[in-house]
Amino acid sequence: MPHPATWLRVTEAGLYCDPGDFHIDPTRAVPRAVITHGHSDHARPDHGAVLATAETLAIMRARMGDDRAGAAQQAMAPGEGVMRNGVGIRLVPAGHVLGSAQVVLDWQGSRAVISGDYKRRPDPTCAPFEPVACDVFVTEATFALPVFRHPPVEQEVAKLLESLRLFPDRAHVIGVYSLGKCQRLIALLRRAGWERPIYLHGALMALCALYEELGVALGPLLPVPLSKRGAPPTLAGEVVLAPPSAETTPWARRLAEPVVCAASGWMRVRQRAKARGIELPLIISDHADWDELLATCAEVEAPEVWVTHGREDALIHALSLRDVRGRALHLVGLGEEDEGEAAPVETAPA
Amino acid sequence: MSIPAFAHLLERLVFTPGRNAKLALLRNWFAEQPDPNRGIGLAALTEELKLATAKPALLRDLVAARTDPELLRLSYDYVGDFAETAALIWPDPHGRNMPPPDLAEVVEAMELTPKADLPALIADWMDRLDANGRFALAKLVTGGLRVGASARLARTALAEWSGKEVTEIEEVWHGVAPPYIPLFRWLEGKGPRPDPGAVPIFRPLMLAHPLEDADVAALEPAAWRAEWKWDGIRVQLCAAPGGARIFSRGGEDVTAAFPEIAAALTFEAVLDGELLVIRGGAVAPFGDLQQRLNRKVVTPKMLRDYPAGVRLYDLLTEGAEDLRPLPFDQRRARLEAFVLREQPAHMDLSPQIAFASVAQLSAIRDGARAASIEGLMLKRADSPYVAGRQKGLWWKWKRDPLTIDAVLMYAQRGHGKRSSFYSDYTFGLWRPDGNGGEELVPVGKAYSGFTDEELVFLDRWVRNHTTARFGPVREVEKGLVLEVAFDAAQRSTRHRSGVALRFPRIARIRRDKPPAEADRLENLMLLVPDRSAAD
Ligand SMILES: [Zn+2]
Ligand SMILES: [Zn+2]
Repeated sequence: MPHPATWLRVTEAGLYCDPGDFHIDPTRAVPRAVITHGHSDHARPDHGAVLATAETLAIMRARMGDDRAGAAQQAMAPGEGVMRNGVGIRLVPAGHVLGSAQVVLDWQGSRAVISGDYKRRPDPTCAPFEPVACDVFVTEATFALPVFRHPPVEQEVAKLLESLRLFPDRAHVIGVYSLGKCQRLIALLRRAGWERPIYLHGALMALCALYEELGVALGPLLPVPLSKRGAPPTLAGEVVLAPPSAETTPWARRLAEPVVCAASGWMRVRQRAKARGIELPLIISDHADWDELLATCAEVEAPEVWVTHGREDALIHALSLRDVRGRALHLVGLGEEDEGEAAPVETAPA
Repeated sequence: MSIPAFAHLLERLVFTPGRNAKLALLRNWFAEQPDPNRGIGLAALTEELKLATAKPALLRDLVAARTDPELLRLSYDYVGDFAETAALIWPDPHGRNMPPPDLAEVVEAMELTPKADLPALIADWMDRLDANGRFALAKLVTGGLRVGASARLARTALAEWSGKEVTEIEEVWHGVAPPYIPLFRWLEGKGPRPDPGAVPIFRPLMLAHPLEDADVAALEPAAWRAEWKWDGIRVQLCAAPGGARIFSRGGEDVTAAFPEIAAALTFEAVLDGELLVIRGGAVAPFGDLQQRLNRKVVTPKMLRDYPAGVRLYDLLTEGAEDLRPLPFDQRRARLEAFVLREQPAHMDLSPQIAFASVAQLSAIRDGARAASIEGLMLKRADSPYVAGRQKGLWWKWKRDPLTIDAVLMYAQRGHGKRSSFYSDYTFGLWRPDGNGGEELVPVGKAYSGFTDEELVFLDRWVRNHTTARFGPVREVEKGLVLEVAFDAAQRSTRHRSGVALRFPRIARIRRDKPPAEADRLENLMLLVPDRSAAD
């Protein structure tokens, strides 16, 4: 039985399967790519053939245009499989964002699972992560330090609702990434009983519309109204979602005394929230936290774990204490979108 | 549920830049928390809580016993603060469902528990809290809690919440102690006003209005008294049978920072005056006084190098007699007699300035160049001593500010309402660069003085002329001249330029002036008074 290290290796474009002759989440244009999910650090434009879930392909088309989302696009539902040059390829839900999938590869009796980005908490906007037993588990390590343990999301949403009650004269503007976090936060607010329209920065409109089209109900959404010169600021007491740092641009001046919030796993560390000038940090993440990374590695029963990007030093050390062999892949270019972006220079993937 | 609630308040206060928002959070705390927790929380925030503390090493040992050393090292490296690392990395105990401890329980147990039992006690509390609660607890029990909510802010919130005047609360504040139960009962209308008894209590200060040009002509010289306005810190000296205190203008107790003054409060009276560093009768620049502020421990060397003194303005009470209703002239006579009789150490009288006409007074004001003088104080001869800023009784007539034309060098984004604006400006002046050329050296920072329209202009100018970014700071082209007003310039070894400005603010944007024609550092140096010539 060939060890996955003999048929799966790191090239300049990223992780590459030799016998199958395709890349997984390549960071530059390649002839054949399997894409785990639509975040821009995983899904790049201009590949030849692209294999992904239908949702991921739809997200790629919405973000980069039909002509750049892969010359040949092959949609595959979770659970289905295809063979290529004797390599079995299967997609399994990763629980990260809508359409996100792990890539399960089988070659001559040995199995590697490339998880992409994943989380283990329930998310009303996407299918939950399914652990698959394997010989090598390829994982991210965005929050791989024991200080990162995400509190229950209900608690964080309650913090936001309490602030809305306490400051009815101020708009609450929340920095979120346009794919995943934005829609998840909307869905969480709806579950907590927030029925008012939620206001969106222009940069978030398209993907919310796409989520709705793909069957994820988000309730009433409205664009943040344009400001007229000299008009008083608006949206007091309302929830406004915007890309991170939008509060630092002139766009924010139309909002009534904004309470600047951010929804991110990084908000767990005070200094990070302080440095960004966040008034209400919300610890809501689309990545596995420390406990979940370790639990997942244990569940898939892999004797060997490869780490794509993030805090690989801590994770590999912790795995070694559990007799699991760890290996850092040092994949360049991952962790740029979603929560990787907010990472400080010293933890940016090298 | 008190530690988690307190931890939540703490977190919001620390992250909230705006004063109004802080007040809202405090009002909400007073309204929702039960006694005694709300009072203990209040005392913890204002750093008036006397809590027996554990050594930080105790916390380190507890954490080390529960974590892998390498993972702890990596985590501490990343987080930077040990109490926070401890709070975040502490393993969530499974299968335990004890309610979290409350504030009162923690304060009491820290007092009563023998040292040897402290580790087990603190570990048990940590096990019963979430990360936020553990952070608050770790900071509380190791004495590292710094919130930056002043007692003054807390009293303002109490006033807004209860509908009482803040001056009323200030009158009783120093007579009540944590958890302030009689105070809360009074504020809720359920009990009598707390009786401060024999302890020294703060009397809210009488403040002056700025004198506008239009008011000058209306001044009737015979009805007014003039004094210098000294550039120090306004203080109230309170000597009562139950003890002596030095209060700042806002009612903060600053006694500990000025032990030599406190030791001189051997009489029974309340005095109003200006705290200054005075060497051989000459008032030192404000920068010298700053060396003495906010010190918890005052060394003999500081007492020697920065000797403090109080220049007396007014006498509020003497013995049991309240002099505040008396006219200013009568209080002044009583003050002079008091000083003559008591000869208090480290204190002298603020001299009165004789004048026959407003024109003469104006000339005196323009002639005062010492950095230790901000301008003149004008007090109506018949004015009683009343709390706050009542119009027409006392005027402050500041000297015209000094100005320089400086070049904008860096801009930083503001906070809260201003977070979308580059509203903090670092400006510089020209000096020789040592290679036959010229360079700009930063001389100060200003974030006020401009109008809303000017702010919009400055923000846009910064965004359009950025040459480099460092986090929230932008470096800009050396292309815009700002006229900067300030009250005084002092020598400073802490600034690269060797000079520090007092209250710099943007007076005007000089779009008309080419940057090369802005002022040079040597022009500013001419405005720095010689220490020997001060006063
Ligand atoms: Zn992602
Ligand atoms: Zn990613």
